[in-house]
Amino acid sequence: MAETAIELVGIDKRFGLVHANRDIHLRIDRGTIHGIIGENGAGKSTLMSILYGFYQADRGEILVNGKKVSIADPNAAIAAGIGMVHQHFMLVENFTVLENIMLGVEGAPLLSRGIAKVRAELKRLEEDYELDVDPDALIEDLPIGLQQRVEILKALYRGADILILDEPTGVLTPPEADHLFRILKQLKEQGKTIVLITHKLREIKAVTDNVSVMRQGEIVATLKTADASVEELAELMVGRHVLLRVNKGEAKPGDVELAVEHLSVRDNRNCLAVDNVSFNVRAGEIVGIAGVAGNGQSELIEAITGIRRAVSGKVTLDGQPVDVTGKANPAELRRRGLAHVPEDRHHMGLVLAFEESENSILGYQDDKHYLKGPFLDIEAIRTDAQKKIGQYDIRPADTRLKTANFSGGNQQKIVLAREIERDPSVLIVAQPTRGVDVGAIEFIHRRIIEMRDAGKAVLLVSVELDEIRSLSDRILVMFAGRIVGECGPEAGEGEIGLLMAGVEKKAAAE
Amino acid sequence: MSQPFAKLPAWADYGLIPLVNLAVAFLVAGLVVLLVGENPLQAAALMIKGAFGSGEGIGYTLYYATNFIFTGLCVAVAFHCGLFNIGGEGQAYLGGLGVSLVCLSLGNVLPWWLTFPLAILGAALAGALWALIPAWLQARRGSHIVITTIMFNFIAASLMVYLLVGALKPATSQAPETAGFGLGGQLPQLGWLLQLFGLQVRSAPLNVSFLLALASAFLVWVLIWRTKLGYEIRTMGFSPRAADYAGISQTKIIVITMMISGALAGMMALNPIMGAQHRMQLDFVSGAGFVGIAVALMGRSHPVGIVLAAILFGMLYQGGAEIAFDMPNISRDMIVIIQGLVILFAGALEHMFRPAIQRLFGRIAGSDLRAAPIATGESH
Repeated sequence: MAETAIELVGIDKRFGLVHANRDIHLRIDRGTIHGIIGENGAGKSTLMSILYGFYQADRGEILVNGKKVSIADPNAAIAAGIGMVHQHFMLVENFTVLENIMLGVEGAPLLSRGIAKVRAELKRLEEDYELDVDPDALIEDLPIGLQQRVEILKALYRGADILILDEPTGVLTPPEADHLFRILKQLKEQGKTIVLITHKLREIKAVTDNVSVMRQGEIVATLKTADASVEELAELMVGRHVLLRVNKGEAKPGDVELAVEHLSVRDNRNCLAVDNVSFNVRAGEIVGIAGVAGNGQSELIEAITGIRRAVSGKVTLDGQPVDVTGKANPAELRRRGLAHVPEDRHHMGLVLAFEESENSILGYQDDKHYLKGPFLDIEAIRTDAQKKIGQYDIRPADTRLKTANFSGGNQQKIVLAREIERDPSVLIVAQPTRGVDVGAIEFIHRRIIEMRDAGKAVLLVSVELDEIRSLSDRILVMFAGRIVGECGPEAGEGEIGLLMAGVEKKAAAE
Repeated sequence: MSQPFAKLPAWADYGLIPLVNLAVAFLVAGLVVLLVGENPLQAAALMIKGAFGSGEGIGYTLYYATNFIFTGLCVAVAFHCGLFNIGGEGQAYLGGLGVSLVCLSLGNVLPWWLTFPLAILGAALAGALWALIPAWLQARRGSHIVITTIMFNFIAASLMVYLLVGALKPATSQAPETAGFGLGGQLPQLGWLLQLFGLQVRSAPLNVSFLLALASAFLVWVLIWRTKLGYEIRTMGFSPRAADYAGISQTKIIVITMMISGALAGMMALNPIMGAQHRMQLDFVSGAGFVGIAVALMGRSHPVGIVLAAILFGMLYQGGAEIAFDMPNISRDMIVIIQGLVILFAGALEHMFRPAIQRLFGRIAGSDLRAAPIATGESH
């Protein structure tokens, strides 16, 4: 059992000034599920990219099954029996499952023989691992969970003995994640080795045999999962004691600040992404919208904030109607007290190529305070940015630094500072802690709760169920563009998980 | 980990990389010269002497540079908005129409300093309007601006031929050009400026529009980095989604930016028409609109860089003419090849050496610095 599948000896990798991996020594036993856990930027993905041949290590050796190998590119990794399931799937959407699996290993100029071979092999894999997918279905018609299964099949078809999964549950509902774990255990029993990269401690506990914790490019510990508690792992990850639960008092809801009635919105492909959604948010409460990514949350927020035209429906802000089907304009809504922390910080909330101070006025560029006639009042803008940097402890405290050079957490603080310091009456926050380090998460959560306690209406959208449950006073669950249920923060994960998967509960509140 | 390469210091980004590109371009050009049996060093010396060796040479170099500053600024302004305006050639051509109409009608009535502002307005307006149609098509209909502006170059060329052999041509003339402008339609030469440095300009057509080009470069800098409109243009250029989020109308910004871009191209026409020939001739733009693309790329879309790059290309034009004159084996076409090589390396292949130089800097920086606490890009 204790045979070694992969051994990394002294792997070291720098990207310019960033020391992404420092002298990594890691041994992964054959036939085990090995978890690698760490914060964003801890170097997990870099390490796995080296193992899969995307990057070359500056120093160090890789041994597969005890033999030294050099992995120059993903083809070499596949030849060495290593397969990878990426966080973002590498599938051709308008190809069938079979065509995707065959892609790159067609075998001959004419496809017929290849197709027959893939079909036979798929049948065998299906029987061995309970990995059943219809080979002739188009990828775009498959739910995310099944698409992921196709990725796994692709790796297995290429003869992978060692399977790396990068944050595989980020896009899955809890039941889908459970199914994935069953598959992984099955694979393990058949002698495959699995490396699971994640930042979710619960998954590590649920499925892995051993776990390595990474912090700032180093492996700080490798333990038997059974011997480690969740608290202990969290502390190893962050390097200090962390509060996993958010402390907050009772909500004191006031008047309705934001009302959404029968709102319908189409997505970029012109499909109905938000289907007749109604809810409201009162002053002094946090309403959370739970759901797997891609169930209409993004389109819902974009419609409310005036970025995307709604097809039909009404939105009322502070008692006044918002023309969501017509002329609603984000800049005008901001002036009316609607702040928006968008989910896509890199392309929407910030312009990464801008200086920090330039981003501190994004969306407020019409504000008289920042202008002298048609000219920007650079001095006023920088003074203002400097003040926010102090209040939000943004590091480094440099208003002229390019925004791309701030860490994820500090970038998010730049957005939060900009949106919160305007004293809005309604705050819409989407994925506030995505790609943010644990230290900043605490800070961001505290600010959101302070907003609530100051009597603001807060609408929170997150795919992290834990975040929704610990912050929200009321939880709405969104599935396929509709609100399929409402529950309190005390509701169990199982209950919300079922709603997220679209299993409607009769007792769900109207 | 989205930063596999080190960030370059500004001097390397704006100085070293263009110089390396230029050196390679000249190296390859030198090989071409060698192939036709001439001495490349001698050719280089001739070129530099031809461009900067005399007052006349400098006058011509700066005259050509004036054209390239305008067209370079035209391309750069559009770049800042994320738009690739290939239509500088056509917009400049139409600008000539604006200049000519003003000068033909007022050149005999008003002094030059009254005609000049009107001619600037005419040139800018004509260029802006020629850019407006592709801009509107891009903003409202999604027609790709690269395609439409190229098409508009051809339409402009045909339209101007039609006008220059028809309505604009004096009835008695055989040449496809307008009548000569009156004194009010002629810009003063800048000979006195070079004479201050003890240089004789002789016939070089360097004129007041050179100063206008420098002023335009400064105004473009103010526009892009110091005004709200510039902020909105850059937001749109870097991230259209961020522009949506900030409530910036994409349609409005695309149309305004392209009109400014077209206006700058149009103003290029002032230099050859009002400054040198005092009439509009067929094909007076002669590729300056396209050279502007290389100038903007090489100048990294910054007005200072554009002025420097424009002077470099002015040198290539003027010095190249000297080589063709003095070296019998090198024809005018060879000069075009050499200019093409510079455009290729400095413009189109602008990023060819960048990764290598970045790696080099990364290695130097990595060896004497500890890992920075910031700048841990995320992996998604």
